[in-house]
Amino acid sequence: MNSSRVQIDQRINSDLLRPLMQTSWRFYLLVAVFGGIVATAFVGWMSQVTRGFGITGIRWPVYWGFYVTSFVFWIGISHAGTLISAILRLVNAGWRRPVTRCAEVITVFALMIGAMFPIIHLGRPWLAFWLFPYPSERMIWPNFRSPLVWDFFAINTYLTGSVLFLVLPMIPDFAVVRDKSAGLRHRIYRVLALGWRGTPKQWHRLETAMQIMAIAIIPVAVSVHTIVSFDFSMAPVPMWQSTIFGPYFVAGAIFSGIAALLIAMAVLRRFLHLEAYLHPVHFQNLGKLLLMMALLWGYFVFNERLVTYYGNKPAEMAIFWRTQRESFAPLYWTMVTCNFVLPLVLMGIRRFRTITGCVIASFGVVIGMWLERFLIIVPSLGHKYLPYSFGIYRPQPVEILIAGATFAAMTLLYVLFAKVVPIISIWELKAGEHVPSTLIPPATQEHPLGELHL
Amino acid sequence: MKASYGLYPDGQAAQQAVNRLRAAGFADREITVLSPQPMEDYEFGRRDKATWMWWIACGGGLVGMATAFGLTWLTETSWPIDVGGLPTFAWWPNLIIIFELTMLGAIVATGATLVVTARLGRPSALYDPEVSDGKILVGIEHPPDGAIPELETALGAVREALVKTI
Repeated sequence: MNSSRVQIDQRINSDLLRPLMQTSWRFYLLVAVFGGIVATAFVGWMSQVTRGFGITGIRWPVYWGFYVTSFVFWIGISHAGTLISAILRLVNAGWRRPVTRCAEVITVFALMIGAMFPIIHLGRPWLAFWLFPYPSERMIWPNFRSPLVWDFFAINTYLTGSVLFLVLPMIPDFAVVRDKSAGLRHRIYRVLALGWRGTPKQWHRLETAMQIMAIAIIPVAVSVHTIVSFDFSMAPVPMWQSTIFGPYFVAGAIFSGIAALLIAMAVLRRFLHLEAYLHPVHFQNLGKLLLMMALLWGYFVFNERLVTYYGNKPAEMAIFWRTQRESFAPLYWTMVTCNFVLPLVLMGIRRFRTITGCVIASFGVVIGMWLERFLIIVPSLGHKYLPYSFGIYRPQPVEILIAGATFAAMTLLYVLFAKVVPIISIWELKAGEHVPSTLIPPATQEHPLGELHL
Repeated sequence: MKASYGLYPDGQAAQQAVNRLRAAGFADREITVLSPQPMEDYEFGRRDKATWMWWIACGGGLVGMATAFGLTWLTETSWPIDVGGLPTFAWWPNLIIIFELTMLGAIVATGATLVVTARLGRPSALYDPEVSDGKILVGIEHPPDGAIPELETALGAVREALVKTI
């Protein structure tokens, strides 16, 4: 028993530090491919900056196209991590241990990518500092009644909280890397570990800090996407001024976030050989959560459509029919299939709730949620109350390139992160392995890990 | 001598070592325990649990709230523009800024409190990399010369102990 305890710790160290200590050709290939895509998109953006916004399809009356769609989408994806991780931490779900860091990383990178889009969307990005609340020479400050300024505060608060929520539990793991490495790597991780030793006081402070931050970060996460929804619902645009937009956006964000997390976990499991840590039961549990969010999303869409239909306002009904029967119908029904039908079938039927089933459903949800953001923005802006403001939007290559490259940017950041930080929290996993046997209920068919009630 | 310590394979052995050190006359504040994960199932793992961290987080939240109130009040009243008789200082939109900065204050205060109270960034001589491999370290830093034989006896009396001196 005693030697097995040390052996378990050594096995965990060895398995989870392998990606940091060994570099295969696949790593360089991935960095080269995704880095190349990101570099190409950067060139596209520079072209937009030098040649002007005219090379995009964004023009009156549709001023928000692919860029704002991607902004809302990525802020939504960011709800995967910190929110899910915080909830699982608070309820002390034992199965969270291998999942939390994979999820928290998505939050930080998705927020960074999402926060880039308002800058990309600026014709003169070098004036981005005008968004910051500081007094100009005439003492005129940004308007705190503008939802865009609310975005600035909400996103920065969430980003700061998410970075701390991710980084603080990494400190004990940096100490493990410090102890297991030599040379330059040892020196770097010695600095990152901040002299961590593992005294009872340090463990208590870390766990208390994580509890406080979990409690604080949940309302912040909910507020962020509510405030992003205010960008729309505060505007007198048909189909936008709705009281359900806040919860509708939050539900959609969590939905797409879980899908992103499932994809990330499946990829990590496959390529980093983490089969011993990311079990099918983790996918099944998150798959059930995906199913619940699909039903909730379906409820919100039904609610939005039913209320609009009963209201029968001409401007809103025009958008209603444009999306359901006319020019946007193919995109609309693809969205419904991807976000509702696919997860309902794949996650609702137990036989399909496998890792492959979860990944297929998740890809569907990611596509569907991007389309949902697009269908909220473009049809309404292109068909407002009076005919003089009717117009169409045709995305141009530069927008498609930049929006598409953000997926490559996310993958690139994730690959680089997994190269320098253990992607599964080592100390939390060890704590889960050494739970006293009296606390562990026996494994059952329903709960294969046997620790789901902790 | 900087320190003398023992490495133990599990919490039970580490607890016995701590008890023997106490019996040998060492006070709790002199005994250092290092473990690779939280070990609250054992008495030594429940030491130093009391903390003001929750109150400090609340204090940070209050500072954030006051900052947000001051920022919105100052900016809106320093350039009052009458827009159709609407209030210059509007509570509803300002509450959003106040909420966000309150939470930011609590979060930043928590992070800063962790760094300070967990004594991060202050390296100590008493450490062994074997802790990362699952061993639990129990030791005494800067023991008095006269107490060293008794200290080494207490640390080595526990099964599977590996006693070291630095």
